[in-house]
Order: sequence, then structure tokens, then C-alpha cells
Amino acid sequence: MATSTTTVHGAGPLVGSRSFLSKLREGDEIARMITFLFAASVVLVTLLLIFELWQDSALARHKFGLHFFVTRVWDPIFDQFGALPFIYGTLVTASTALFIAVPLGIGAAIFLAELAPARLSDALEFFIDLLAAVPSVIYGLLGIFIIVPVMRDYVQPALKQSLGFLPLFSGPAYGVGFLTAGIVLAIMVIPYIISVSREILLSVPRDQREAALGLGSTRWESTWKVVVPFARSGILGSVFLALARALGETMAVTMVIGNSPTISASLFSPGDTIASVIANQFTEATGDLYLQSLIELGLVLFLLTFILNGLARLLIVLTSQRGSKVSPA
Amino acid sequence: MKRFAAILLGGFTLAVVLWAQGALLITGAGATFPYPIYSKWFDEYHKLHSNIEINYASVGSGAGIKQVTDGTVDFGASDGPMNDDQLKAYQEKHGSGILHYPTVLGGVVLTYNIPDVSAALNFTPEALAGIFLGKITKWNDPAIAGPNKGVSLPSTDIVVVHRADGSGTTYCFTDYLSKVSEEWKTKVGKGTAVNWPVGLGGKGSEGVTGQVKNAPNSIGYVELIYAVSNNIAYGSVRNAAGAFIKADLASVSAAAAGAAKNMPDDFRVSITDAPGKNAYPISTFTWLLIPEKFSDAAKRDAMKGFLKWALSDGQKYAKDLSYAELPKEVIAKETKALNKIQ
Repeated sequence: MATSTTTVHGAGPLVGSRSFLSKLREGDEIARMITFLFAASVVLVTLLLIFELWQDSALARHKFGLHFFVTRVWDPIFDQFGALPFIYGTLVTASTALFIAVPLGIGAAIFLAELAPARLSDALEFFIDLLAAVPSVIYGLLGIFIIVPVMRDYVQPALKQSLGFLPLFSGPAYGVGFLTAGIVLAIMVIPYIISVSREILLSVPRDQREAALGLGSTRWESTWKVVVPFARSGILGSVFLALARALGETMAVTMVIGNSPTISASLFSPGDTIASVIANQFTEATGDLYLQSLIELGLVLFLLTFILNGLARLLIVLTSQRGSKVSPA
Repeated sequence: MKRFAAILLGGFTLAVVLWAQGALLITGAGATFPYPIYSKWFDEYHKLHSNIEINYASVGSGAGIKQVTDGTVDFGASDGPMNDDQLKAYQEKHGSGILHYPTVLGGVVLTYNIPDVSAALNFTPEALAGIFLGKITKWNDPAIAGPNKGVSLPSTDIVVVHRADGSGTTYCFTDYLSKVSEEWKTKVGKGTAVNWPVGLGGKGSEGVTGQVKNAPNSIGYVELIYAVSNNIAYGSVRNAAGAFIKADLASVSAAAAGAAKNMPDDFRVSITDAPGKNAYPISTFTWLLIPEKFSDAAKRDAMKGFLKWALSDGQKYAKDLSYAELPKEVIAKETKALNKIQ
């Protein structure tokens, strides 16, 4: 490898092309170059995206500065723009979704991978993959026509009666709002969690289970104490894939969240998210500052995703270290 | 790299040109509200003049103004007139002005869902401003109950529904509220999207209608055309002359006729809260935005020809699509103003 490189540099074009041809025949170098280009293009697109968002929001960034993050007003008429209600809405809906989806999704994945007969598991997997491929507007329609009325007439009154003393479940029940958006998002992300977690659990080496069973543990003990910890980082990965989807989801959320930039402790209150306000207002945004504030919101969403992904990486690194310390014991 | 891009672009342009086969292609972009009639017009006009093809993208009024200012399309379309800043921006960029031509009319109606109330309600301007400001919160408030004698209104909380996306419908409605309520004008103002004091947002007319149908005791606003084509019941509104008027094609046209007497030369006029006994107060023109100067004489003549046709023969298509026709006075004035296009 090293010698051939020197030849290229030192010799004339004829030798260079011959050695290039010989490399071509081997194909290694060319495959390396092409795949490198592909990998580099991902980085390039990300950088260009950040650059464009940064560039096109200059006016808004200069006018509002860091106040953009703490201002609660979004007023296109008087040119007052703040991201706080949208950041709040994005975080609240995404965490509500994960709160519901994580236990359900991981539970289902454990059943499918460890306890269910293989044939049943494969059949169900087919349906789960199907669910993951449903367009989000369909989930939005499901939300409007089924979940919103059920929430308004049954779920929210029931929650209010039993847990109404908590600020989380107070205020008028419109049907739409943070909680409903969180539930619709949960339905959307569960297939991701199940599908990825199931694959991870299935890839846990057989001897791990057999060793646990051989030491006298029950089926559940071997699953819960050996297999799941072994797959921990992969499962966390599936959760963060779900989180990324929940943060950026636009259509389904817009249809059920109520689209009102409010910050309220109550999950019944209507709210708004970054993705949904951009989708709603971008086409009719007249005036430079208005448009640029929307673009800055896009930058904020990017930043938010970036931070959460960073935290996710950190969590995976930390837990896998702990996992390797525990597993010999 | 640059050469490659140039070759690609050249090939693409060639393909487009070949595909168009020498036909004159004019592009426009803007408001979604008049899209059904515009596409019908462009289609019919193409049948009459097979060498002229007009493409229209219904991307929203704001985007339409932006694209025509940037020069990426030949003409724009908007539900609200361009403001002075926007006109200035256009003038600075192109060195010449842009002209407004009203094409058809639309109205905004109030739809509501109160259990056990099926009567058509009457709304005063004060009641509407109060409801959307969040000051009137109960359906049996005297401001609402007053003009609705004989209807037993419940004492339930009003759920306000508005558009969440930027929209010409919102522009028309907030323009009206700004005229009838000083408080609305100073606190909220008018625009395609505003900072709503209360309420839930629905995406698009269908989103607002869906929320209103779904939530008991709610009220929202939608386009007249949307309400008519989807059989949605709506209330009457008291106009400037003091009469409660139900929106229909005639009462919307009457609002334009009322405003026609004082029509400014640039046609940038709001016809909300218009005078006239039969005028529906929440009405609006929708405009085509045509550059004053075309660099391409063929395009200019085609555009002028089209406008002339739309203002005469084209108007007869309006009714079938539930748009109100322009009053004769306005058409006469516009036809005269066509020679401003150079």
C-alpha cells in the first residue's frame, strides 16, 4: 500500500495510470473512495443545513439575541417573536410520548423476542413494520376523529376526577392539547421501539441465556437479569430513535395539539411545537423578520435535537461501562 | 463542477423548451383561496388561445408576494393587498412598480356548534370582537343574547377556534375586527397570522371546521365558499347600516359595490365593514399582482389579453364555483387601468 503510493507520486503519468489501473482491478481503493464520498456527503449536508439556517436567520438573531429563547410572545403583527412556548411544547409532547411508549414498546419487544413462539413473533413483526410505515397524516386523522373525542368525553373527565388535584390534570377539557398530542406520538413511535429492540434482543448470544438457565434461574429471571441488561445500549438506541421522531413530527401533532403558543402546567391545555408552527406559518410569512424568526426556530429545533442526541450518546457510553462491570459478577 | 452544472441546467432548459413546443409559458404563484377559479380561467383561456399557457402555484399569499418580488414568477396573487413596505421593496428591486387587479370576491362566515341550538344566530360587531378578544366568555352573555331573542343560549364557556396557519381568511377577518373594535386594532391588529388572545388553532378551513364540529360550544370562522360547498351552517353579522346580513354571493357583491364609489386608483382597498344596506361586512377582494413593466413584450400582451378576458367573459365562471362576481363599476375602472401595464 505504502509503496504503491510512493510510485504514484514519484513516477510519470504512465506509471501512475498503470498503478491506478491495477488498483482498479483490485477495486479496493475505488470502493474506499466511493464509500468515503457517500459518508462525507452526510456530513456535508448537515453542515450546509446548519450554515443555511444560521445565514438565513441573521436578522432575527441580531434583533432578539438570547431573548429569543425566553420570550413567550409570538406576534407577527407587532414583530415580537420568542421561541419559549414552542420549545416547551416540543419537549412536553415528546416526553409524554416516551413516557407512554417506552414501557409499552420494550415490554412488547421482550415478549416477541423472548417469550412468544417464533412464528407468532414473526407474524406480529410484520404488522409492526406496517405500522411504522403508515404516513403521519393518517395518524393525525386517527387523532382528530377517534382520540380527540374519546379524550374529551371520557379520558380527560376521568383523569380530572381522580387526579384533578395535580396541576397536570386541571383546566377545561378540549380534547386537543399536549396530552392528546403525546398519545398520538406514542402510537407513532412504539413500532420503532418494538422493532429495533426486538432485533437487538434476538441478537443476544444464545449461551448467555443458557448459562443463566443452567445456573437455575427461571425464564423471566434470565430474560430480565441477563438478556435485557446485555442488550441495554441497543434498547436505549431504539428509544432515542423514537425521541428523534417525536421531536420532529409535524403533521400529526399539528392536527391534535390545538396550535396555541401557551405554556401551562396542565397537559389538557392546547399548545404548539416548533415543527408544527413552522409548517403552519411558513407559507404565509410576510416580512423578513417574521420569516427569519421561523428559520431561527428551525435552528433551535436542530440545536435541541443535537443536545438530546449528545446526551443519548453519553447515556449509552455510561451505561455500557456499568454494564460491562456488572456482567462478570 | 461549474461546467457540469451549466450543462445540466442547459439540458433541462432545452427539455422544458422542447416540451412547451414554442408555447408562451407564463408562471404565477400566490393565494390558495382563488385557486379553483384561477385554474379554471387559465384552462379556459388556454382553450381559446392555444399558444398561451399560464401555470399557477397556490403557495399562499405571503409566498406569492415574495416570489413575484424576487422575480421568480411573472405575476403574483394575494388575498390581502401588498402594504407600503412591500411595494417599496418591489420598486427598489425592479425599478418599476407592481399593480393590483381585483379578480373576484370572497367572504368570511362564522360557524358554531352549540348543543340544542339550531337557529341561525345574529352577531353584532361588538359581540364578535368580544368573543375573539376573550372578553365575552359565555354564550348567554347579553351581547350575544341581545340580538337573538327567542333563542335560549346556554351559560357554557365559549370555545374559540381560529386558523393556525397563515391565511388570507384570517387577514380578512382580522381586518374587519380592526375596523369595528379599537381595542382589537391596538392589541392584536390585522394580518395573515396574528397573536390570538384566546382559542385553539386549526390547520386550514377543514381544520377549523373539524375543531368546531368536534368541540361543543365552539365558534370559528371559515371562507364562505368552503362553508357553502360543505353545507356548513353559519350566522348573520350586523353591517355598518345596522342590518343583520347573511353572507351569500349577492351580499358579498353588494359590499364591493358599496366600496366601488371610493375605489382608489391602485385598487388597494379593504371592503370589510362596507357601507350599503345589503352589504355583508366581512368581505374581501382577491388580487392579481401584475408587474408594471414586462421585459418580454409577448408576455405583457398575453397577460393583458388574459386580464381583459377574465374581467369580461371570465366572470361568468365565478358563480358556479361560488365566487361573487365583481360589480360593473369596478370592472369598468379596472379595464381602463389595464393600459398601466407596459
